[in-house]
Amino acid sequence: MNSYAVFIMSAYLAVFVILGGLTIASLSARNKVRRALAERGLDRPREQRARAAR
Amino acid sequence: MADLHFLANPARFRRFSQRVLPGLSLATLLSLGVGLWLALLQSPPDYQQGETVRIMYVHVPTAWLAMAGYALLAALGAALLVWRHPLAALMARAAAPVGACYALVCLLTGSLWGRPMWGTYWVWDARLTSMLLLFFLYLGHIALSRAYDDAERGDRAAAILALIGVINLPIIKFSVDWWNTLHQPASVARMGGPTIDPAILLPLLWMAGAFLLLFVLLVLVRTETEIDRRRLEIAEQNA
Amino acid sequence: MNGFVALLLRDLRLVWRRPGDVAVVLAFFAVATVLFPLGIGPQSNLLARIAAGVLWCAALFASLLSLDRLFAADHEDGSLDLLLLAPWPLELAALAKCTAHWIVTGLPLAVLAPLLGVAFGLDGESLLALAATLLMGTPTLSLIGGLAAALTLGARRGGALLALLALPLCVPTLIFGAGAIEALAMSGNFATSLAILAALALVALATTPWAMAAALRQAGE
Repeated sequence: MNSYAVFIMSAYLAVFVILGGLTIASLSARNKVRRALAERGLDRPREQRARAAR
Repeated sequence: MADLHFLANPARFRRFSQRVLPGLSLATLLSLGVGLWLALLQSPPDYQQGETVRIMYVHVPTAWLAMAGYALLAALGAALLVWRHPLAALMARAAAPVGACYALVCLLTGSLWGRPMWGTYWVWDARLTSMLLLFFLYLGHIALSRAYDDAERGDRAAAILALIGVINLPIIKFSVDWWNTLHQPASVARMGGPTIDPAILLPLLWMAGAFLLLFVLLVLVRTETEIDRRRLEIAEQNA
Repeated sequence: MNGFVALLLRDLRLVWRRPGDVAVVLAFFAVATVLFPLGIGPQSNLLARIAAGVLWCAALFASLLSLDRLFAADHEDGSLDLLLLAPWPLELAALAKCTAHWIVTGLPLAVLAPLLGVAFGLDGESLLALAATLLMGTPTLSLIGGLAAALTLGARRGGALLALLALPLCVPTLIFGAGAIEALAMSGNFATSLAILAALALVALATTPWAMAAALRQAGE
């Protein structure tokens, strides 16, 4: 590889940073909302909750 | 009552997505890994463009998926407006940022490809300019869907926008092509398409497949989040 | 048809009572246009080269200015609810409002632009092309702008969001409108550009009234 390597690496870096960042952000947002639901006891389906309450 | 109607389809979706996600994640990681190996190490440099053809292996698939993503937004918009499918609104909200990020990656990689090829970081090439406008259409969709306190109003306005946008996309492409030839009659500055050489085609298609799997994965994860967020909102309203 | 004419005349009458609203938009157009030579320098060949683009862009921005009030005033005083209940189709009402907007904004812009074009050193044929393309293109801008206004009715940051939505959709009209002058310089006529602008207007006419009506119904709920 020659001086082009800089551009190639930058391009792949951009891919990793943007799409990787999006993946991480999406997963962490999902977990955050799940935790909020769990706090309210809403993380299991309705039937399971009803059974557990009985 | 509101949440009973709401949960009918989204619940089925969550069950589906929870079954599918583990396998999909594995497939995505593996295919990206193999794709990267093919693109960076295994495939030979193009005899015309040299090593920089490797940038094309990320630039072209992200272009395809950015365009497909907008078509998806339009289809979801139609599903929302015509059939009032509750899942359509949530999936559109989830998918728009993914498509926008793909468009952004396409623009950045296109710019980095242009620098060694044409000497500047930006060329007002027809395809890059069209992609830039598509990126703005994505931003508009994202902003509009979140511009109202009533999320349903935002979702339906964005759905209308997506449908109008998808009709306009070919018109925009056509006009940008014309604009490009009008102002650069002599040059043939096109960002090159895939050559028919199978050595180039294989990594390109493989990477396209890998990026597609990633797209689907991201949309599924984000749709789950939107469903959960809506459930949380309903719970907070009922509390 | 009656409803269309009635609504159109009502909107025109409303503007007639406050002519300042129109004048402001035209004054903005003039000021914005003048900024370019001030920012770029007065070399006459450069100005002639960029004149079409500058005038078209300024016309685009000036059209957008009055758009966020297009439906907002009716939304606030309840007239929009009346329109939703009226016996004539909402699509026609939306079309009437866009027509009023064009008469009051697009049409004067098409007349004013050639006057400013003289200051940029455009020749007679180019000025004619400028006026013709603006006449043919500004209805499309009013229709697309009307759609953006309906979609953002009552939204947060409505004005900026309206521009973000409308401008990409207006790009084809801008390209063929401003490009007509260039095409004139290269091939001696601008008829093709004019024809394409007409086609764009027809597409807008075929699609936006229904989208506007759908958006207005959502705003009314």
